[in-house]
Amino acid sequence: MEKFTIRAQARTSLPGRGKQAIVGVVASGNLEILLERTEPDQTVVVDVVTSARGFQTVWEAVIADFVTRSSPGGVRFSIHDNGARPDTVMLRLMQGVNVLEKTA
Amino acid sequence: MIPEEIIHQPSWYESSARARIVGLLDTDTFAEILGPADRVMSPHLDLFDLPPAFDDGMIIGRGKLAGRAVAVAAQEGQFMGGTFAEVSGAKLVGLLRAVTAAVGTASAVTSVLLLLDTGGVRLQEANAGEMAVSEIIRAVLDTRRAGVPVIALIGGRAGAFGGGGIVTACCSHVVISEQGRISVTGPEVIETNQGAEEFDSRDRALVWRITGGRSRVLLGGADSYVKGDIAGFREMAIRVHNTVPAFSPETMMMEQDRLKKRLEFYGDCTDTPEIWSRAGLSDPDKIYEIDDDAFLALLSQKGSRS
Repeated sequence: MEKFTIRAQARTSLPGRGKQAIVGVVASGNLEILLERTEPDQTVVVDVVTSARGFQTVWEAVIADFVTRSSPGGVRFSIHDNGARPDTVMLRLMQGVNVLEKTA
Repeated sequence: MIPEEIIHQPSWYESSARARIVGLLDTDTFAEILGPADRVMSPHLDLFDLPPAFDDGMIIGRGKLAGRAVAVAAQEGQFMGGTFAEVSGAKLVGLLRAVTAAVGTASAVTSVLLLLDTGGVRLQEANAGEMAVSEIIRAVLDTRRAGVPVIALIGGRAGAFGGGGIVTACCSHVVISEQGRISVTGPEVIETNQGAEEFDSRDRALVWRITGGRSRVLLGGADSYVKGDIAGFREMAIRVHNTVPAFSPETMMMEQDRLKKRLEFYGDCTDTPEIWSRAGLSDPDKIYEIDDDAFLALLSQKGSRS
């Protein structure tokens, strides 16, 4: 298992007023993401706990891509990963911000 | 086989525990207790180099079902096989005890819905898990004794095995779908201990014939049969409210008598079609091939209990 934190700056803060959301399940090849709107405006923090070792650079690339695509400023992402592939991670991240944006 | 009219409805089997709760309860009424942001997680999985889950695979809370206050607990069958463990077990025990303590107060609920989806005890924290199962059994019985029905809804991917099978059997009413399975020792475990001649766990048809929803409801191990969509479970959960048997010695004696007779009549059968044939059901080999409508028609013909 590996634990690390990735920080990034988004262009804008995420729209909507939802405080938190959770998506996904810690199943094999899957991950759960807890999103909490706890950070300053443009800050993005991603805490990763993953069962797969040695993939931190891949995580950094996926998250950089994600932050460019959706600009989720102000959100802390806490991830429990059980060996999800990068495309699954990206889908879950996009799903997460979509759910948080729509949460009342 | 998924019936045509529900093919586009969310499936209980395919959904996550959270999606099941949302579809089961009245819209926007679920209030979670110890939600993910509280981070009440297993302290043991780290030792095994395994990632935890924010809810430890057990989601508990309160909500409304057709306007009535209910308590609900759902296991996430995809996380560690939906197992019973220290934290997940304590969450369920706590919910049941809170329900019992709230009887007669403003926060009383009319029933508890248990959405079990589990292979049994989590092996990485087995002692705590075994204790959790026994505490849950005690708490389910205390809740029923306090006059609050506990309704099990079974149709998840992990089934209800091990302690999950025992807890299910302690409930006031069991609702099941074709995909639901209830048993104590899982097929793989039986095969490992007794050999494939005793039980071939890779024979999926055999596994479902023995442990699956249709057999369970025909033999009285489950009380209601539903199609596999979430809406079907919701409708049945609404309908069974207040139709559950009294929690009394009489109910227990009747059940004991029923089980004794069942063993006398069918005890020497080696597979379920033999039972159906002896019970006088037409086309005993077709029980698992007919569609849900035909199966429901067959159930209403014979009455749901045998």
